[in-house]
This record gives sequence, structure tokens and C-alpha cells, in this order.
Amino acid sequence: MNIWEKMMDIDRRWIYLLVGICVLIPLIRPVGLPTFTTPYTQALFDYIDKIPPDGSAILISFDFDPATAPELLPMAQAILRHCFFKDINVLCLGLYPTYIGMIDMALSNVKDDYEAKSGEDFVFLPYVPGVTAVMLSIGEDIKRTFGRDYYGVPLDSLPMMRHIRNYDDIALVLSISGTQLPREWAVLVGTTYHVRVGVGTTAVSAAEFYTFLQTGQFVGMLGGLKGAAEYENLIHAKGYTKKDTRKVASMGMDAQSFVHMLMIVLIVIGNIAYFNIRKKKAR
Amino acid sequence: MSYNPWVWFAAFLTLCTFSFLWRDNPFYKFAEHLFVGVSVGYTISILYHNSFMPRVWEPIVTNHQYYVLLPTLLGLLAFAIFFKKISWLIRYPIAFIMGSTCGISIPRSFEGYIFKHTQSTITAISPGLPPFLLISNIIMVIGVITTLLYFYFSLEHKGVMGKVANVGIWYIMLAFGASFGYTVMARVSLLIGRLQFLLHDWLGVIK
Repeated sequence: MNIWEKMMDIDRRWIYLLVGICVLIPLIRPVGLPTFTTPYTQALFDYIDKIPPDGSAILISFDFDPATAPELLPMAQAILRHCFFKDINVLCLGLYPTYIGMIDMALSNVKDDYEAKSGEDFVFLPYVPGVTAVMLSIGEDIKRTFGRDYYGVPLDSLPMMRHIRNYDDIALVLSISGTQLPREWAVLVGTTYHVRVGVGTTAVSAAEFYTFLQTGQFVGMLGGLKGAAEYENLIHAKGYTKKDTRKVASMGMDAQSFVHMLMIVLIVIGNIAYFNIRKKKAR
Repeated sequence: MSYNPWVWFAAFLTLCTFSFLWRDNPFYKFAEHLFVGVSVGYTISILYHNSFMPRVWEPIVTNHQYYVLLPTLLGLLAFAIFFKKISWLIRYPIAFIMGSTCGISIPRSFEGYIFKHTQSTITAISPGLPPFLLISNIIMVIGVITTLLYFYFSLEHKGVMGKVANVGIWYIMLAFGASFGYTVMARVSLLIGRLQFLLHDWLGVIK
């Protein structure tokens, strides 16, 4: 058995160990590799940045659960920071029961930094079953769809909801999701109510959403941890964050790059080994 | 290091889950079963407080809006599946859901998925575009046509058709490669998130 054959037979746990080391070292000793802003992140940032304070609201649909939170929660928090700093009203929505906890977590981590108040700066909408029906019902009347906010306060009594009735009063629907829901928002809501839709998604789903960016159905997109890191950098550069704010996604980008390099090396070695073994067998 | 017992418990569960990387073991099984149990319990709790109470109980019992009984009964028919003699009744709620969903989705799907995307592909190559964008769009349009032809099975993939379909395969392979690259990025992000939790929230060794 030569070295290439041994390599093809390697225990997968060695690979796990290498990946673990490649993540751990840059987290403990950051290198500070640069991250460049992609046009789609910039487009989303610019769009939100131009929304006038206390004017039309942003509806953020937290379409994710803890399984994809490491990628999507930093994104959601960065966008909330942007909105709260600019006094843009935010409606927080979760279309499935397990998504509700993510809203609670994101708001808890961000609202105190900006003294954002429920009912004045943001409204936490409760879970209502019927995903498609909820999306379309918001187009008719938000207050009738939900009745109360998550904390049980009637929406009619909230100051922020005085000038918000339906999609006509919403400048952007932003779906933060690792599922197909952003497509549903674009097709069902964007097409019917002509409201602009943006997306923040996991890296797995990012590839399939590029077509929607090309058609203009999405204003912009944040793709994976990198998209979150880009957005964090943008709001940090504009001074929208406090000095001691943790840039969670940006801190992970060194580790991300290290593992990508490892993967490239492993793929190259694996291919060389494969072709060498094939050559040997042909002889 | 954290003094919060819940952070310690979360760290313990994270390590239990990671232990599967070595091999299947009782610690992993414990974490897996706990996750399933908590998820179901949490979902039931949210459904009860956010859905059943304000949308069924309060309208019927408190506000005497008895018309709410009709959709409630339709929903309850879904449980007929558990009783052999009346299990056929489940067809009614399913038929309602299918009918309404199709009615809502089909016209909008044509508009949002087919018309928009076809229009965007047709208008992609137009004069006045910056050179780089024009080249990108030409590559994209070739990709759409060749991939569609690859999935056209009424002509044998031989001669010119075979060559065009072969280009389509290359495009599909490139799409798979891009998806795989993104998948690696996503999985690594999840690992980074958990290690950040262990190193920052639990051990406090990083900022």
C-alpha cells in the first residue's frame, strides 16, 4: 500500500480534528483577514439606509430556528442595530413556532444598546398559524391578522402601529431564512402587493437565490456568515454600533477562511491520490 | 468562565452532540432525545398560547363568536386519522388546504417564477450594458438554453444536440460545485458558532 492508497483510506476523524484545529486557532488568535463587501450586501444596506426615520416600517421575518442561528442570528442582529440606530420602525414576525424564540433572542441582545422600546420602535408579532394565509393577510390588515403583539398588548394601542396598516406602509420585507420562505415572500407578497423584498440566507441556500436578484425580485442579499460579517462591517464603519459591540460574524471569518483553505488542499490531495491509484490499476 | 448553570448545561449538550464525531454513544443519544422532546414541548406551548387560546377558546367561549366553530370542526377532522372507522373524514381538511393553497399559489407562481424569470432572461442581452455585465449575461443565457436542452428528451442527444446538451451538463456541474462550496461554508459556520459559544460564553477565553 503506497502513500496515496493510505491517504484514501484515512480515518475521517483525522479530518474532523484538522477542521477543529483550523477553527479553534483563528478564534483564539485572530489574524484579521480582510472581508470585502459584495454588491448584493451593499444594495441591501443602501436600501435600508435610505428609509426615512419613523416613516415606513421594515417587516423582518425571522424564518429560522436554532439549527441555522450561528449564520442567521448575527445577520438579524446587525439589521436590527441598523434600524434602531436610524429610528426605522421594525415589525418582527415568525411564521413557525420555533422561530419565535429567535426573535426574542435577537431583540434581547440588541434593544438595550439603542434603548429601543416595544410598541414605539419595534413590534414583536405573535405566532399565527397558516404561513401563506398570514403572508397574504398582512396585505389586508396587520392588526386584524394578529390582534395583539407577542406580549399580549392590543396592536391598536401601540403608538408605532398608528400609521402602519398593511404592506402599503412597509418599505421592505426582509426574510432571514435557511428555508424556501424568501422565495414565497418574493413570489406571493412581492408579486401581489408590489412590496420590495430582501433576503438574508444561509450559505447553503444562497446559490439558488441569485436568480431572484437578477430578476430584481430581491433588493439585496446577505449570504451566510460572510454576508453577516459584511453587514456588521458596514454598520460599524458608519458608526451605527457601540464601541464594545461584538462583531460575532466578523470574528468567525478568519476561521471560515482557514477551513476553506484546508478543504481546497484536501480536495487537491484527494484528486491526486485518486488519479494515482487509477493509473496504478490501469498498469 | 461563566457562572450561569444554563450556560454550563448548554455547553454540556454541545459536547454531547460533538461526541458523535468519535462514534455513536449514550451522551449523544441523550442530547438528541432531549432536543426532540424540548422542540415538541416548546411548539405545543407556543401553539396553545398564541393560537388555540386567542383564536379558538376566547372567540367561542368568551366572545360567543360561534361561527369560529366551523373552521375549528374542520381542523378537528384532521384527528379522524386516529380512528379507523371515520379516518376518511381527514380528506375534508386536506381537500380544503390543497384547494386554497393551489388557488393562491398557482397564478402567483406563474407570475413570480416563470414569467419574471423568462422575461429577465430574454431582456438580459440588451444594448447599452457595461461590457462585463453583457458578457456575464451572454454566459447566463447560453447556460439557460443549453441546460433546458439537456432536459429535452424527445430528441436523442447525438450530433449537434449532443454537443449542446454536453454544454448543459457543464453548467449543471458548475452549479453543483457552487452549491457544494456554499454548503461547506454553511456547515463550517455552524461549527464556528458553537465553538464561539464554548470559548466566549462558557470558558470566556475569547472576547
